[in-house]
Amino acid sequence: MKRFLLPLGLFVALLGFLAVGLQRDPREIPSPFIGKTAPPFKVAELMDPQRLVAPADMQNKVWLLNVWASWCSSCRQEHPVLMEFAQQNVVPIVGLDYKDVRADGINWLQQYGNPYQYSAFDADGRIGIDYGVYGVPETFVIDKHGVIRLKHVGPITPEVIAQKLIPLIKELNRA
Amino acid sequence: MIAELAHYCLILALCLALIQGTLPLLGAARLQARWMALARPLACGQFLFVSLAFAGLIVCLVNNDFSLLYVASNSNSRLPVYYRIAASWGGHEGSLLLWTEMLGLWSCAVALLSWQLPERTVARVLGVMGLISVGFLCFMLFTSNPFERLLSPPLDGRDLNPLLQDIGMIIHPPLLYMGYVGFSVAFAFAIAALIGGQLDAAWARWSRPWTLVAWLFLTLGILVGSFWAYYELGWGGWWFWDAVENASFMPWLVGTALLHSLAVTEKRGSFKNWTVLLAIICFSLSLLGTFLVRSGVLTSVHAFATDPRRGLYILLFLAVVVGGSLTLYAWRAPSVGLGGRFALWSRETTLLLNNVLLLSAAATVLLGTLYPLFLDALNLGKISVGPPYFEAVFVPLMLPVLWLMGAGPYVRWKSAELAPLLRRLRWVALLCVALLVGIACYAATPMVMLGLGSAGWVLASTASHLRERLGHGTADSGWLRRLRKQPRSYWGMLLAHAGIGVFVIGVTMVKGYEHSEDRAMQVGESATVAGYTFRFTALRDIQGPNYTAAQGTFEVSDGTRVLTLLRPEKRLYTVQNMPMTEAAIDRGALRDLYVSLGELTEQGVWVVRFQHKPMVSWIWAGCLLMAAGGALAATDRRYRLKRSRLASA
Repeated sequence: MKRFLLPLGLFVALLGFLAVGLQRDPREIPSPFIGKTAPPFKVAELMDPQRLVAPADMQNKVWLLNVWASWCSSCRQEHPVLMEFAQQNVVPIVGLDYKDVRADGINWLQQYGNPYQYSAFDADGRIGIDYGVYGVPETFVIDKHGVIRLKHVGPITPEVIAQKLIPLIKELNRA
Repeated sequence: MIAELAHYCLILALCLALIQGTLPLLGAARLQARWMALARPLACGQFLFVSLAFAGLIVCLVNNDFSLLYVASNSNSRLPVYYRIAASWGGHEGSLLLWTEMLGLWSCAVALLSWQLPERTVARVLGVMGLISVGFLCFMLFTSNPFERLLSPPLDGRDLNPLLQDIGMIIHPPLLYMGYVGFSVAFAFAIAALIGGQLDAAWARWSRPWTLVAWLFLTLGILVGSFWAYYELGWGGWWFWDAVENASFMPWLVGTALLHSLAVTEKRGSFKNWTVLLAIICFSLSLLGTFLVRSGVLTSVHAFATDPRRGLYILLFLAVVVGGSLTLYAWRAPSVGLGGRFALWSRETTLLLNNVLLLSAAATVLLGTLYPLFLDALNLGKISVGPPYFEAVFVPLMLPVLWLMGAGPYVRWKSAELAPLLRRLRWVALLCVALLVGIACYAATPMVMLGLGSAGWVLASTASHLRERLGHGTADSGWLRRLRKQPRSYWGMLLAHAGIGVFVIGVTMVKGYEHSEDRAMQVGESATVAGYTFRFTALRDIQGPNYTAAQGTFEVSDGTRVLTLLRPEKRLYTVQNMPMTEAAIDRGALRDLYVSLGELTEQGVWVVRFQHKPMVSWIWAGCLLMAAGGALAATDRRYRLKRSRLASA
C-alpha cells in the first residue's frame, strides 16, 4: 500500500510549490546592483552641456535616478505621474536621458514639462550599461551614502509610488 | 445576440456535462442500465452545444463584433478573415473553448466508436470525461468567459498577436490540443478500470488505439509548433526548451512510454499498475501544461494571457483531478496483481527499461522547467534554467533509449537468449562500426559520431528486422505476399522507429554543423557564407493588410549559377506597433539556407543574419514518419475487425 501512495505524495509536494509559485511574479528580477554603490559618472547635463553632473552632487540626500528617453513610448505614459510626484517635493528626481538625441530630449522636456533637478545626458548608453539598464524607463532609489536601494523596471505608476517608493524613501530619510 | 446564444449554449453544455459526470457513474456502480445508457447521448449532446458556442465565437470574430471583449482584444477589422477565424483560439478564453471543444470531440468519438465495449465501461469512461468537461466549462464560465460584452465597445480591435498571424499558428493549437486532450481518453479508461477493478488485456486493447491517435496528434502538434518557431521567430532555432514547449514535450515522453507499456499489458498481461499510473501521469502532465501556460507562474515566450486568479482555479482543478486519481490509484492498485512473469532477458525487460528511461527523461524536463519556481518558492533566489541543462541531462538518457530501440524488436517475449540475439544483430553492428569509422575520417566531433552512430544503429536494425521477417517463411509464399501480410501495427512500429532515426540524424547534423553569420550590408553588397554567395540586390517597402514591411531581395548563388531569390522581411504590425522578423528560407533535403533581416543601423545599412542549416528538414521528416507510424498502428486490423464484425452482427 505504502509504495502506491508515493505518486500521490510527490504530487502533493508539487502542488504546494505551484501554490506558492502562483503568488510570485517570475518577471520581477532583483538587480545585482541593489546594495551596491551607485556607479559614478561625470557627463554633460542635457539642457546645459557646459555643466558636468555626477552622482556625487546628490551626496547626503535620498534621490531617484529615472532613466528615460524621448523615443520611449512608456516614458510618455510615465511622465505625468513623475510630474505630479516632483511637485510633491518628496524626493529629488534626477533624469538619465538614455541613448537620445540632445535636441529631441530638450524638446521633450519643454513640451511635456521637466520633473528633474537635472538630466544627465547619456548619448551612447555607457552609463546605462554601468547601471544594468535593459529597458527604458527604469528607476533607481539611491540613499544618502550613494547606495542603490531599489530598482523599478517599467513605468512608475501612482501605486508604485504609494506602495514602494514613499515607504522606502521615508525609511531612508530617517536613517 | 449570437454571443448571448453561444453563452447560453455553453451553460447548457455544462448542465449536460454535470449529468454526464454523475448519472452514468452512479449507474455503473448500481447496475442501473438506464442511467448508464445516458452516457452516449449526453456526450454527443454536450459536444453539439460546445460546438455551437465555438461556432458562435467564430461568427462574432468574422463579423468584427468589437462589443465582445474577446474580439476587441484579439482581432482587428484589417485582419484577414482566416486569421480572424484562427483568433478564436489565439487568446486565453478562446483557447479554453478549443480545449473543451476537443474534449467534446473525443467524448463523442468514444461514444460512437465503442460498440464493442461493455456498457459499464462506456458509462464509466464517458462519466470521467464528463467530469473533466465540467471542470473546464466551469473554468470558462466563471473566470474566463469568451462571450463577455464591453459596455462601450471600441471602434476597432487590438489585433491578434502578430506572432500568431501565421499558417503554422492556425493549425498548431488544434493539433496540440487534440493530442493533449486525447490523453484524457486513456486517462478515463484507466480510471474506469481502477473503479471497476478490471485491469486486463482487454482494457489495454481498448485504450491502445485511442492513446496512439492522441500521441500522433501530439507529435504533429509539437512538430508544427517547432516548425513555426523555426521560421517565424526569425532566428532559426527550432527548439528552445522553453517552459511551454516542455509542457507539451513531457506528455509526449510519458505518452510514448504509455504506448509501449500498453503493448506489454495487452500481449502479456504484465505491467498493469505501471500502465495505469502512466496513463494518469500522462494526462496530469497535459493538465499541468495547461496550468503552466495559463497561470503565468513561469516566464515564457508563450505567456500570452495570464492571471493569477485563473491560475488558482486550474491549480484547484489539478488538485482535484490528479490528487483524486492518484488517491484512487493508491487505494485500488495494490489489489491488481502482477500478471505474466518474465525472465531478465526478455522483451518485457527492454520495454521496462524504455519506460524507466522515458519517464526519467520526462522527470528531468519537469525538474528543469519547475526548478526556477522551486527556488523562488523557497526564497533561494531567481534563476532560469536553459538549454545547457536540458541538453546535458536529456541526451545521456535518450542515447540508451536509441540503442534499446534497435535491439528491442529482436528480443522475444517472456524469455530470450543472448547468443541468437547477438548473432542476428551482428551485421547491423558491423555496419554501424563501419559507418563510425567512415564518419571519423571526416574529423567529426564525438557528439556527431555518437548521434549519427546511434541513428544508424536504429535505422539499420529496423531495416534488418523487416528483411528478416520477409525472409522467413515457406517457399510457396513469395516475399511480396509476406510483405502484404504484415499487420499494420508492425509497419507502424517500423515507421515510427525509423522516424526517430531520421530525426536524430537531423538533430545531430544541425547541432554539429550549423553555421550562422551576422553581416552589416547595404543594397548591392555581397556576402559569402558556407560556400554560398548572397547578393543584396534590392530593398523595397511593401504594404500588408495590417502591417508595413521592408523587404530585402537576396540572390543566392553557389559560385557557378544563381540558385534562388530569397526575400526576408522586417514587418511592423501597425495596430500593436510590434516589429516582426519574417525570415526567408530556401529549403532542401540536405540543407536550409536561412536569411533574416535584423536591425537597420544607419541609413541603408542592415544587419543581416545568414544561416546554413544542414539537414534540418530531416527533423520534420522524422516527426512526420513517427506520426505516420502512429496512424498505421492505430488502424491495425485487430482494432477494426471487432468494429465491423459487431456492426454487421
